[in-house]
Amino acid sequence: MSWRRFIVIAAFVAAIGAVLALNGRAAAGVAGRGRAGIQLHEVSHESGIDFVHQETTLDPKLANIAAHVAALGACVSVADFNNDNWPDLYFTTSRFGAANALYVNQHDGTFRDVAAAAGVAALNRPGEGVSMGAVWGDYDNDGNEDLFVYKWGYPQLLHNLGNGKFEDVTEKAGLRRWMNSNGAIWFDFDRDGLLDLYVTGYFRSDIDFWHLKTTHIMQESWDFASNGGKNLLFKNMGDGTFKDVTDSLGVGSTRWTLAAAAADFNDDGWPDLYLANDYGPEELFINHGGKRFELARAGLEDDSKSGMAVAIGDVYNRDRHDVFVTNISERGFLFQGNNLRINFLKELGRFDEVAKGVVADAGWAWGAQFGDLNNDGLLDLVVTNGFISADTGRDYWYAMSKIAGAQGNIFEDAKNWPPIGNASLSGYERPRVLLNRGRDGFVDVAEAAGITHRLDGRSVALADLFNRGALDVVIANEKGRALLYRNTLAGPENGHWVELKLIGTRSNRSAIGAEVTAEFGGVKQRQVVNGGTGFCSQNDRRLHFGLGHNRLDRVTIRWPSGAVQTVDDLATDQLHLITEPSR
Amino acid sequence: MTTAPAEAPTRTAGAAWGLSRIDPKYLIVFLITLVLVVGEARYSILGGYNRLATALGICVATEVFLSWFLRGRIVNISSAYITGISLALLIKPQANILWPFALGAFLAIASKYVLTYRARHLWNPSNFAIALLLLLAPASVAVLSHQWGNDLGTNLVIWAFGLVIAWRARVLHVTLTYVVCFVAFAIVRHFIVGGPLLAEVAPITGPMYQLFVFFMVTDPRTTVSTRRGRILVVGLVALVETIIRLAGDFQIAWLRPLYPSPPLLALAIVGPIAMWWDLRRVARASMVSR
Repeated sequence: MSWRRFIVIAAFVAAIGAVLALNGRAAAGVAGRGRAGIQLHEVSHESGIDFVHQETTLDPKLANIAAHVAALGACVSVADFNNDNWPDLYFTTSRFGAANALYVNQHDGTFRDVAAAAGVAALNRPGEGVSMGAVWGDYDNDGNEDLFVYKWGYPQLLHNLGNGKFEDVTEKAGLRRWMNSNGAIWFDFDRDGLLDLYVTGYFRSDIDFWHLKTTHIMQESWDFASNGGKNLLFKNMGDGTFKDVTDSLGVGSTRWTLAAAAADFNDDGWPDLYLANDYGPEELFINHGGKRFELARAGLEDDSKSGMAVAIGDVYNRDRHDVFVTNISERGFLFQGNNLRINFLKELGRFDEVAKGVVADAGWAWGAQFGDLNNDGLLDLVVTNGFISADTGRDYWYAMSKIAGAQGNIFEDAKNWPPIGNASLSGYERPRVLLNRGRDGFVDVAEAAGITHRLDGRSVALADLFNRGALDVVIANEKGRALLYRNTLAGPENGHWVELKLIGTRSNRSAIGAEVTAEFGGVKQRQVVNGGTGFCSQNDRRLHFGLGHNRLDRVTIRWPSGAVQTVDDLATDQLHLITEPSR
Repeated sequence: MTTAPAEAPTRTAGAAWGLSRIDPKYLIVFLITLVLVVGEARYSILGGYNRLATALGICVATEVFLSWFLRGRIVNISSAYITGISLALLIKPQANILWPFALGAFLAIASKYVLTYRARHLWNPSNFAIALLLLLAPASVAVLSHQWGNDLGTNLVIWAFGLVIAWRARVLHVTLTYVVCFVAFAIVRHFIVGGPLLAEVAPITGPMYQLFVFFMVTDPRTTVSTRRGRILVVGLVALVETIIRLAGDFQIAWLRPLYPSPPLLALAIVGPIAMWWDLRRVARASMVSR
């Protein structure tokens, strides 16, 4: 052998060694071994929460992929529905006859289900459909948070009467329209002081899952599908009714939207819409003065994945809304990767996608939320994962890969899908708790912090449930127990905090859409009062800012009405109630 | 994928079509370029031009350097061009990592100079690199599966050009044999597994198979020397692929690394064995004839 050939062979072997080493580093990078600095104790049962989600049944024509199609509907939303300044929880289930739950906060660390008495339990009925999630918002500005439940079936608007009971006003409101929806948000798109409603369509609205006329119900493409249900925008007319303004506003996407979120991404004072679409690219609709929306070219249109959730957070404290969208990763088969999109709309007209390592690869990721879990002044991420946990010895990934690359008209017909039986599909995956280390990136501390379950998470919501200045974590699991994790380490030793509850006067009373910038330690962190974020979830609309070991310098509130309010010298480690100035 | 033919086949007798005057290796270069342009224009299939630049640049640089370093002359880079584009299209890495394109490109081209028998390389370069990455780096690399729009029109364009070029390059029998075998084995699998027939046939309508049947399995440098032998070998590839697929259907866990891409891994197994056997047979025959 010549010395030249020896050198080439050595380089060849070294390259193979490099492949092994780099792959090992990639695997270790998503393994989640970071030090926590926080403790999240699972206290569901002792807190009185024993809610178990049940999946919907489906027409027998879908028996071959029922486990796949039906694997949605475990959702949680947070609101203070009884105005006692303690957050309450609403969970949805999806089986006919099964009851949704409204857990009222009893101020002593426990909750009590009052859904039946309140009239928000028995929503899953044949002919009416099954619940897929809910969002809270005071649509009539009467001071009580109302509840919109979106369904595969007829959605329901439940008016909060303020006496612990709710009245179904769907028909009267003009919202009784069959949809197969997995998401909705409240937002005031025209800033008229009335909350409007954006409802996403997933499956087409002509599909009745219990009386199927056709099995041609699935996506036509895995990455550029547009044959999903149509999203609808309902304008609040102020008289208890809503008007469908979807087409005139230009937001009727049919891209299989799973989640939506609204915020002023481009700083023009109007709330924009960000959509996470399954089988397609994300969409950002820029709001032009409340008159029309325009689909932006913001670096999203060519990056087609399987968007599941939209979380909004100011990742680097730049006074901007960045976006995290969950997607799918499965070793060997598919690396779509979650997107962490940093907002450069003002400078470059686009978002830059920067996800890598633990942020990009979380498995089959669903719900996600930003929140400062350790009060260090940086927004962390909680991500729920896992699709179908069934027989551990059977895996559907190979079977699904047979049709994934095929012509769309093959897999658009559900009967052509290989039977899933009792196989798992990205099952038994663990949630991620990604602590934000600023420029050093995120580190996964889920296991060290105490989140170790392997249930199929769908929805996650963050709220300071016990009014202690610490964000607790609530996870709704598909066909599984809802889990409440009490954050027990975020006290003064983890930094200061401040919480703001905003009350709109000229703006909608829920203050949904209010943009709040907190200045501390030389940085500015922006948050928005949300009318639904993540996947089929809603955080507490009280805003929680961790401050690190800094004092709070200033808070600037841009109310949806256009009013700008500046508040200096707010005391830290307190909840503040701030009412919009009347003039 | 395809190592461009070293010598152009003789012109088809009586062919008036201008296509017949073009060297087949450039037709193959044209076809892979067409796949790249159509895929990127319609579906942004690359996922970033840095991936193309990395794979293509390292393939060409490695080819130029190794041919000069080991053989004293710089070879035509059309083969490296085809390999570079193939890797850029087929490798789908975790997040935005680039090293699979860089190392994959180097290993693909270097394999032509290292893994040889009687001065011929045994693996199709891109097939070798992708199989290696899938088996050794599953936490970092997946293969092109569905990012192609699932669109009939695009597929028809690629298949139409591909079939004409395969005919011109005199490898149409390889392509058609594989397609016929795949469909036949799909029917067999359908009866064994019991799922929908279309689910078994469906994979061949996907993007990975376009690259596989027109560039990889037809590579003249890594196929055996006789027409009958090529037909036999490609049938064996389809058979091994079917065995892998049946193993997937019957959930044989230890073979799971093979399931993301049964045809590529079947070729990686059958191809070099067939090449080794054929080269050995030809060598013995020439010794006997002397």
